[in-house]
Amino acid sequence: MTTYLLYPGCSMETSARAYHESLAAVAPILGLELAELEDWNCCGATEYLGINLIPAYSLIARNLAIAARQANGARTLVAPCSACYLNLAKADHYMDERPVLGEKVNEALAAGGLHYEPGSVDVRHLLDVIVRDVGLDTVAGKVTRPLRGLRVAPYLGCMVPRPDYHKRWSDHEHPDELDRLLRTLGAEVIDFPLKTHCCGGHMPHIGPDTAYELIRRLLHDAELFHADVIATVCPMCQLNLDAYQGETNRHFGTRFAVPVVFFTQLIGLAFGLDAKAVGFGRELVSARDALSRIGAEPPPAQEPSRPRRHAPKPEGLPMPTLAGRGEEVADD
Amino acid sequence: VTAPALAASDVDQPNLRFLEEVSAATAGVSRLEMCIQCGTCGGSCPPAADMDHTPRMLFAMIRAGMREEALQSNTPWICVSCYHCVVRCPQDVHIADVMYTLKSMAIRAGAFRDGTAPHFSQTFVDMVEHYGRSFEFGLATRHYLRHFPRRVPGMAAMGLGMLRRHRMPMTPRRIDGIDQLTAILDRAKQLELTA
Repeated sequence: MTTYLLYPGCSMETSARAYHESLAAVAPILGLELAELEDWNCCGATEYLGINLIPAYSLIARNLAIAARQANGARTLVAPCSACYLNLAKADHYMDERPVLGEKVNEALAAGGLHYEPGSVDVRHLLDVIVRDVGLDTVAGKVTRPLRGLRVAPYLGCMVPRPDYHKRWSDHEHPDELDRLLRTLGAEVIDFPLKTHCCGGHMPHIGPDTAYELIRRLLHDAELFHADVIATVCPMCQLNLDAYQGETNRHFGTRFAVPVVFFTQLIGLAFGLDAKAVGFGRELVSARDALSRIGAEPPPAQEPSRPRRHAPKPEGLPMPTLAGRGEEVADD
Repeated sequence: VTAPALAASDVDQPNLRFLEEVSAATAGVSRLEMCIQCGTCGGSCPPAADMDHTPRMLFAMIRAGMREEALQSNTPWICVSCYHCVVRCPQDVHIADVMYTLKSMAIRAGAFRDGTAPHFSQTFVDMVEHYGRSFEFGLATRHYLRHFPRRVPGMAAMGLGMLRRHRMPMTPRRIDGIDQLTAILDRAKQLELTA
């Protein structure tokens, strides 16, 4: 067992619970011991940096300072969320690149009795740790239910492969780490051209039209390649592509119904774990069809499931929909 | 006729002062003055079509000292921080970080034209400062009622779906060390990066 410090980030406890659940389920099988960072705080996402610089970096650095203190020899801080990963890495990097920033951040940290020396914590993304430290051979040895016949679009989004301060990834725009991992699980991996394109980030809340277009491109591309499922490594990407898929459909008059799941959920399935135990059923665009494709038992439906694609409109007068029915946003 | 080389005294010129100011307020070494106006940034930008100015144009404006126009531009607010331009820039300009700088300068100067993005950021930050964690339910309700009231009915199904699947708790979670965090942030707010 190798011990790592885990910075879950706010989303893992809320919108990305499926990510947290699946990570907790597969980590022991992978031999990863994840010690949660003590009393961590939000990284500020992409919001604080645009308001006030020193507070934004001090907010991030509090986590780094706690990590350095808690480390006990394990100096790797693992972040499963792309935005958290980038913010933590960015603060560590810029505090070193611009010493005046480091000094001011440390002056602020001192008000809370903390200090952070840039470079004392190694910030890494979960995918990087699984592919490089655990290794694909180890992963292959644990596969009991290969994802044979499941067409997966590997989707990394922006903030994992870019800006990549430590040159960890095989490429900034077409890295193959996720592809290789999914292939190891037995999945049929499509060569997804938009694998590192933007999911829209916070734009659904700011400029919805901008966001819908970015979401549409990704869903359209995944569908062109007949992907059964999009595998993501980031809570924000999952939220935008899954929860806003319905709004995107309404905006463009499209009928996308592409389930979007976390790569750790697919690892869990391939390891033979129960679908519900690795967070299936939490996605808004149901992954039931994808699950049945590999012979996994889908979790009990929360509402009557409806035909997946191109469902004809019900006959008769338009009626107001009840909550349970209107919920399958992707079909409406 | 070749242009005379830039003398050290030219830094005192008002035009260049704005460039200096932006650069100084950026987290790392911005390299903004290294921009060669090649346009790779705008060509790589997924939401460029929705921007008032491409990043290249904006950098030309900064260099020309067009302070007001640059701070009014919607470009930094449309930037999605995807870092495509950053990894493609032949001059290694820290474009995304310069965008963050311009946002904070626009907020301080009250220069932004559309309040949706700055209000969203501020509401998010308010939650974080209050709890130490983000609080999506509070953020979503406050922000959507203020800026997108007409979108709310259409989004009810999605919100309900999130609630039902326990993906959006209705109560926030506060960190234990909130007093420590507040002390850090209060001190940080008194500190600024300047030239």
